Amino acid sequence: MSPSKAQLLWMYEKMVEIRYYEETMAKVYMEGKLPPHIQKGLAFDIGSGPVPGEMHLAAGQEPVAVGVCAHLRDEDTVVGTHRPHHFAIAKGVPLDKMTAEIFGKKTGLGKGKGGHMHLFDPAHNFSCSGIVGASLPPACGAALAAKKRGQDRVAVAFFGEGAANQGAFHESLNLAALWQLPAIFVCEDNHWAISVPKEKAVSVASVADRACAYGMPGVCVPENDPLQVFEAVGEAVARARRGEGPTLIEVKTFRYFGHFQGDAEVYRPKDEVKHLRALDPIPKLAARLKQDGVLTAQEEEAIVARARQRVDEAFAFARQSPYPAPQEALEDVFV
Amino acid sequence: MAGRRLTMAEAISEAFAQEMERDPNVFIMGEDVGVYGGIFGATKGLIEKFGPERVMDTPISETGFIGAAIGAAAAGMRPVAELMFVDFFGVCMDQIYNHLAKNTYMSGGNVRLPVVITTAIGGGYNDAAQHSQCLYGVFAHVPGLKVVVPSNAYDAKGLLIEAIRDDNPVLYMFHKGIMGLPWMAYFEGSTTEVPEEPYTIPFGQARVVREGKDLTIVTLSQMVHKAVIAAEMLAKEGIEAEILDLRTLVPLDREAVLASVAKTGRLLVADEDYLGFGLTGEIAAIVGEHLDRIALRAPIKRLGVPNVPIPYSRPLEQFVIPQVEHIVAAAKETMQGRVAAGGRA
Repeated sequence: MSPSKAQLLWMYEKMVEIRYYEETMAKVYMEGKLPPHIQKGLAFDIGSGPVPGEMHLAAGQEPVAVGVCAHLRDEDTVVGTHRPHHFAIAKGVPLDKMTAEIFGKKTGLGKGKGGHMHLFDPAHNFSCSGIVGASLPPACGAALAAKKRGQDRVAVAFFGEGAANQGAFHESLNLAALWQLPAIFVCEDNHWAISVPKEKAVSVASVADRACAYGMPGVCVPENDPLQVFEAVGEAVARARRGEGPTLIEVKTFRYFGHFQGDAEVYRPKDEVKHLRALDPIPKLAARLKQDGVLTAQEEEAIVARARQRVDEAFAFARQSPYPAPQEALEDVFV
Repeated sequence: MAGRRLTMAEAISEAFAQEMERDPNVFIMGEDVGVYGGIFGATKGLIEKFGPERVMDTPISETGFIGAAIGAAAAGMRPVAELMFVDFFGVCMDQIYNHLAKNTYMSGGNVRLPVVITTAIGGGYNDAAQHSQCLYGVFAHVPGLKVVVPSNAYDAKGLLIEAIRDDNPVLYMFHKGIMGLPWMAYFEGSTTEVPEEPYTIPFGQARVVREGKDLTIVTLSQMVHKAVIAAEMLAKEGIEAEILDLRTLVPLDREAVLASVAKTGRLLVADEDYLGFGLTGEIAAIVGEHLDRIALRAPIKRLGVPNVPIPYSRPLEQFVIPQVEHIVAAAKETMQGRVAAGGRA
């Protein structure tokens, strides 16, 4: 399945937007976290600054998000991970509310109660979880609901290669195959489960190899390339919409930043990221689109400018938004 | 003409059937809920009425199907998931307490998860430490879950219909020893008249099971029936106990506890959950925090499993789970207790 020109341009624009979002967040996140603004003796203070708490950025993993979400509609469900921004952006979650949530503001998706790992946007059927492997069971449930209602909706669970060793992964794959659910399980293999490399944690070369144990197709996308992801996922989504059941897809992707911002990455070979960045999928896609006559230099400039403007506006909205009143902490336990 | 009497299991399955007829979004998932009808009879007869699409036997994958209930609820359905024994929560608690209980809050109230988890609790039949616990204190401790613990068939039906219609997650916990199963001795007081038509019982309303002026026994679930027998024995000795059945822990009817203890001046909490850091301490604390409006005549007394796993052997189990005679003895001690004179200025 080949992407249309509109899909190609959409994927490119979203990748640019995600990358700029994550790079902006990396900078903003460090505000107020370094000496001399923090407790004496500390090199870094995770709880300070306008964006406190852990921060897991997805720069380098854009191809997975756009290659999948290019096939999805608003009514399709996506359940993401603790590293969720690229999925959310590609799924169409409003950037201003998402950023405000990450800033802990009242105008955020969850009124400041969720934060960066817990983004919920029911209007776009997007959610995520800070717990590794926890995305798969609820995605099965969304797929089950679609099947019960005779809707041609699909549900996508994203997870990392580290999550493929969780019980939730195995239970969910079995359920989805057993019940022939319209689910697509997309494993982002960025090689690192925090500090533990894949070869020390996963018993098979590709997580996709595990699909056969559950009686579903398993596809390994060997390159961090949105077009390869698009093709593999296109087939999986089409199968799911036809009622032919789930698919497991593994994508070899890149984690440019540490597990979290502030991670010294003592476990990682020095040149690894330099090598990965030389293979960066964004300029590669731009070059290919230009070569194919899909993108002109002028259009490229306009796309980058638009994407940056959206991100800058979202950050400005978040900064300007008010914090919730402290006593609002007592609201929303129940509806 | 006397009304129709149902066991608690029958009342529960009737409530399911009526709600499933009313609302096509309601469906049930769980292990052995289909042809078997639920290990404790809670789903008996439902698969015959509604078929395997709405009464779904699942693999032994509690994380998988309870997580799926969350996803289906977020998509607008009203799933019921049966966790066969509450003791099994250890294999699926992440989906319950990190997701089901928290997603509504973390979304600022934008995500609704109308999920009911039904589960069997309680001991007294020698099933040992991994199949005999109550553990409602664990679930009541975690914000974001409503916790319902019925003691009889009438309440069981009304509370279950209320649970299914609630837009929030509900843990619905039935004690095996009051279900009226043909294979387990039970307290017959749990089999009651049950109206045929659907009805609801609001959460957060304790029931005065028996009025009395001398002491208040706060209790719930199977222990209600032990307390009733104990109260009859106490009455023969001139002690009139008031029995309060909490019915729901979240929300908790604090006012009913305070009103009763204000009247009697004495409190005994009789519980089958572990004694430490749980329900009995919570009830005692509520009274302790309101001594400005309650004049206690005796120290508060608590009965519960004394912080040991539930043992297998009959004499051991009967010793650790509060029995009728334990309630009688504790009530008499409470009647003889005295608070320190005066109090500090």
